[in-house]
Amino acid sequence: MSALLSVRGLRVRFGETEVVSDVSFDVAAGECVGIVGESGSGKSVTARALLGLAGRQARVTADELRFDETQILDASAARLRSLRGRDIGYVSQGALVALDPLRPVGREISDSLRLHASSTPAQRRARVLELLADVGVPDPELRAGQRPDELSGGLRQRAVIASAIALGPRLIIADEPTTALDSTVQAGILDLLERLRSDGAALVLISHDLAVVSRLASRVLVMHEGRIVESGPSASVLAEPQHPYTRRLIAAVPTDRPRGTRLGPAPTPAVPAGAGAPPHAAPAPAPATPLHRNSGVTPPADLDSADPGRAEALTPEFPRTPVVVAAGLRRSFGARLAVDDVSFTLERGRTLGIVGESGSGKTTVARLVLALDRPDSGDVRLLGEPWSTATERERRPLRPRVGAIYQDALSSFDPRMTVGQIVADALTHGRSQRAGAEVAELLRRVGLDERVMNRRPAKLSGGQQQRVAIARAIAPAPDLIVCDEPVSSLDVSVQAQVLDLLDELQRDLGLSYLFITHDLGVVRHVSDDVLVMRAGRVVERGATERVFGAPQHEYTRALFASAPRIGGDLDLWPLPSVGS
Amino acid sequence: METAALVVIAFLALAALAPSVLAPGDPLAIAPLDSFQPPSLAHVFGTDESGRDIYTRVIHGTGASLLIGIAATAIGLGLALVFGLLAGFGPRWLDFGTTRFLEVLFAFPGLLFALLFIVVYGPGVVTSTIAVGLSTAPGYARIIRSRVIQVRTSPYLEAALVLGRGRPSRIARHVLPNVAGSLFVLATLGIGQSIVWASSLSYLGLGAVPPAAEWGAMLSAGRTYIASFWWMTFFPGLFIVLSAAATTLLGRGIQQRGRES
Repeated sequence: MSALLSVRGLRVRFGETEVVSDVSFDVAAGECVGIVGESGSGKSVTARALLGLAGRQARVTADELRFDETQILDASAARLRSLRGRDIGYVSQGALVALDPLRPVGREISDSLRLHASSTPAQRRARVLELLADVGVPDPELRAGQRPDELSGGLRQRAVIASAIALGPRLIIADEPTTALDSTVQAGILDLLERLRSDGAALVLISHDLAVVSRLASRVLVMHEGRIVESGPSASVLAEPQHPYTRRLIAAVPTDRPRGTRLGPAPTPAVPAGAGAPPHAAPAPAPATPLHRNSGVTPPADLDSADPGRAEALTPEFPRTPVVVAAGLRRSFGARLAVDDVSFTLERGRTLGIVGESGSGKTTVARLVLALDRPDSGDVRLLGEPWSTATERERRPLRPRVGAIYQDALSSFDPRMTVGQIVADALTHGRSQRAGAEVAELLRRVGLDERVMNRRPAKLSGGQQQRVAIARAIAPAPDLIVCDEPVSSLDVSVQAQVLDLLDELQRDLGLSYLFITHDLGVVRHVSDDVLVMRAGRVVERGATERVFGAPQHEYTRALFASAPRIGGDLDLWPLPSVGS
Repeated sequence: METAALVVIAFLALAALAPSVLAPGDPLAIAPLDSFQPPSLAHVFGTDESGRDIYTRVIHGTGASLLIGIAATAIGLGLALVFGLLAGFGPRWLDFGTTRFLEVLFAFPGLLFALLFIVVYGPGVVTSTIAVGLSTAPGYARIIRSRVIQVRTSPYLEAALVLGRGRPSRIARHVLPNVAGSLFVLATLGIGQSIVWASSLSYLGLGAVPPAAEWGAMLSAGRTYIASFWWMTFFPGLFIVLSAAATTLLGRGIQQRGRES
C-alpha cells in the first residue's frame, strides 16, 4: 500500500528556534496516525505545515513532503488552496471559534462546495443538509440556518467536520478535535471520525490525550520538543513504551491510578523526597503560622520508609467532622432548574468529586457552596455555622476558611498585580512586613521558585498559574477548597503534577476538597466519594470505587462507557458486567 | 511614531510653560507697517493684518490652548468618573437613571451642547472650557461605566470576595486601579480632541476673543484673508493638528503597551 501522505525530515523554524525537527511519517488511505504530545511539543505546527499554513514567520524545510502526487513545498499558492478543502480536510483546534459567528453554519459549509466544485445553489443546499445529517447533526434543516452561538459545542464541532469533509477529502487532519467537549459528545465525534476512516479517508489525529488517540489510531507518534521520540503501532507503544517521556505521559493519565498514588515521577521540589513530615508540620513552640493549624495529625513517621509509592498511599486519618453540609439545594434560572435537590456532606480531609457533563449543574453547586449565589431552597452549613442563609457580613469571618481554584486561573488574578502581590493579598495581614517571607514559603510549598514573585501571572505557564492559584487558596489556611475543573485546561503531565500537589497538600494540611470535573479519570483518581450529576439532579452517589466499580444508574454507565480509555489490552478500567 | 509624539509634546510643553524662551517678542505688539508679511527669516510664520508676528503668537497661544484642552478633559473625565462609578456600582435603579440621563445628553451633538451652554453662560475662555468638558463627559461616562461593570463582574473580583474581602476593599484594591488604567489612556486621547473643540469654539468667536493669542481665535481672524495670506490660518492650524495628533499618538502608544503587558 503506497502512502497517501509522505513526510521525510520535516523541519519548521521560527527565527532562530526550531520547533519541529526531523519529523518523518507516512499515512496510507484508510489509516489513522495519531500524534501525541504536550502543548508546545510542535504537533500543531506539524499539522499546519502539512497544509502549507505554518505562517509567514515559519521556515519550513523537508526532504520530502508529498501528498499523493503533489510536493507540498513546491506547490503554488493556488495549488495549495485547491488541495485544502478538496483533497485535505482540516479540523482545527479551536473548533468552537473556527466558525464565523455572524454566518449560519450551512453557509459556512457550502463555501467549500462553492469554491471547489461547480454546482447550483439548490444542489449545494441539498448537499449541506446531507453532510449535516451525515455527521450526526439532528434536524439539519433547522441547524443549517442557525448561527454558531445557537449550537452546542458538540454540534459546532460536527459542523466544522462537515465543512472539512464536504468535498470528500482523501486526508483529514484533525487537531485536538474533541478537547473542549464532554465525554459523551467526544465519543460521538470520535465515532464519526472512525467512520470516515473506515470509508477510506486517511486520518491524522493530533491530541494531547493519549486515550483519544489510542482509540482511533493504529499508529502513534509521540512528539516531545519538536522531535518524534517514539513511534509504532498504538498497542505496543502504549503497552511497552520505550522512551522515558512516553512512559511519563502514560503514567500521568489518572484513569487507572487509585486514589493516593502519585502520578508524576517525583515529589514537587518544595518537599524533600522521602521527608514524611514537612518542616512546618512539626509541633512548633512559636505562634502557629496559618499553615500549621490544620495539621493536628502528623502523617505517620514511617513515610520515611524506602518505598515512597506504598507509603504515599497511606491516608492520614483526620477527625471525621463535617466541613460542609448541603441539604436539599435547589436553584433555578428562569424556567430551568439548574440544581434540583442536591444534598451531601463533606468531612475533613476528604474529597468529594462531582462529575457530570456541562449543563449538569455542577458549577452551580460550586457557586452555592462558595456562597456566590443563593439557593432558592435548601441550605449549606459550613463548619456547623449557617452559611448560605447568612448575610455576606456574617459570612465574612468564615470566608478565609473556604478557598477556590478555577479552571481559568489567569482570569481569577487581578491583571495589575504580580504573583507576590496576589498571594500576599490572600494573607489576612497581606501588606505587613511578615508577608514577604510567608509568600515565599507559600510559593515554595506549591513548588514554585520564589523568584516568580515579581512576575505577572500572564507570563507564567498554565501549570504555574494554577500553582499560584493554589498558593493563594491555601494562604488563609482554609478548611475547604472548592476546585472547579482545576486541571481541565492543562496538559496531562502538568495535570498530573497539579493533582499530586493537591493530594500532598490535603495530607499535610487536612484540607477537604469539593472537586468538580467532567473528567472521569481525574475524579476517580482524586475523590473518596463521588456524586454523578445530570440535569441538576444527583443520579448516583457513593464511595468512588463502588460507583466506578459497579455503577447502578443507567446514565452513569453510559457516561463511563463513553470515556475514552487507553488501549484494549490495557483496559485498566473494566466495566462490570451489567445485571450482576 | 511615539518618539516623534514625545518630541512634539516636549516642545509644546516648553512653549506653554516658558513661551519667551522660544519667542522673546510680545505676541500683542502691533507693527502696522509690517502687516501681511509672508514667512521670511524675520518673521518665520509671517505676520497678520496688524503686523503681529504669527510665530510669537502661535507659541504664546500654546499655553492657553493646551490649558483649555487639559482642563476640559479633566472636567469631562471627572464628571464621567462620578457618573460611571454611580452607574457601575449603584443599585439597579441608579444605574438605569444615570444611563438614561447620559443617553439624553448623547442625543445632542457634542458641539451643539457646548454652544447651548455658552449661550446660557456667555462666551469666554472659562465657559468654553467647561462647555467642552461637559459635552465630552457622556462619552467617557459610558466607557467608565462599562469598564466598572466589567471589572466588578470579573473572576478576580469574585476571587477577592471568596477571600472574604469587604466591598470597600474590593473597590479600592481592584476596581479603581483597573479602571484608572484605562482612564489614563482615555485622558491622553481626549486632550487632543478637546484642543480641537476649544479651538472650534474660539473660531466661532465663543471662546478666547481676538486679539488674544489663541489658536482657534487666530484661525478665525485669518479666515477673512485665507485666499490671499494663507500663513495666517496655516500655522495656527498646523499647531492644532500637531498637538492633537501628538497626544492621540501617545495615548494609542500607552494603550498598546497596556495590551501587551
